[in-house]
Amino acid sequence: MEVPILKQGDYLIASIQSALTDADLTQLRVSLGERVGRFRSKGVIVDVTALDVMDSFAVRTLRDLAHRTCLRGAETVIVGIQPDVAFAMVQLGLTLKGVATALDLEEGLEFLDRQLKGRSGRRG
Amino acid sequence: MADATAVTITSDLDVVSARQAGRELAVLAGFSQGDQTVIAAAISEIARNILIYARRGEVHLRLAVEADRSGVIVVATDQGPGIADVERSMQDGVSTSGGLGLGLGGAKRLMDEFHVDSVPGTGTTITMKKWRRRV
Repeated sequence: MEVPILKQGDYLIASIQSALTDADLTQLRVSLGERVGRFRSKGVIVDVTALDVMDSFAVRTLRDLAHRTCLRGAETVIVGIQPDVAFAMVQLGLTLKGVATALDLEEGLEFLDRQLKGRSGRRG
Repeated sequence: MADATAVTITSDLDVVSARQAGRELAVLAGFSQGDQTVIAAAISEIARNILIYARRGEVHLRLAVEADRSGVIVVATDQGPGIADVERSMQDGVSTSGGLGLGLGGAKRLMDEFHVDSVPGTGTTITMKKWRRRV
């Protein structure tokens, strides 16, 4: 199932709706990378609230995704990791080192607003 | 849902099906939501290993009910290349596929019992169990 990506001002919001296959996740990484360029987005939020499991492939793909969009100049934040999912990730030894995370969509938006205010004169 | 099921693994969609079936069994066994997630994550790792290394295989899931405990038993089998050095393959960061190398060791940490039976050139069977005390 393809993940819908919403454009909201300078931001892109990828809202995962259900369990994703490896191919879906890889596709999301490609789609977001392409859209950051097309819309000249300044921030990206990936909402994973609906994911009931994040295994090593999912974590690695999300981490790569975030690093890529950051390199393209869009601050990226992963929001909505559920407590059980976080617990299992830690047990598996999985981290999202170097990737911003926030509790939920609201916190993620605040995070991006704060980050982008810091950028001198770039906020439209 | 029956108390035993098997999922044939031939695509990434089957990895999702296997972990969802595992979660359903974990619910039947009475596991907390946290443990359901843990079991699903472990199944996801070993099901993906089947896909990466053997391309196809099966994940058998069974509910186990004993006098003082219940649990989920997962048996993953494939006729793939096998694992040459099982002990080494369980170490974090060791991968022959270019992955994170956390699959086997990670799954072992998530479960209560974990056993790998592998013959190079013949295949691999991984048996893992998670238990909860019945009150």
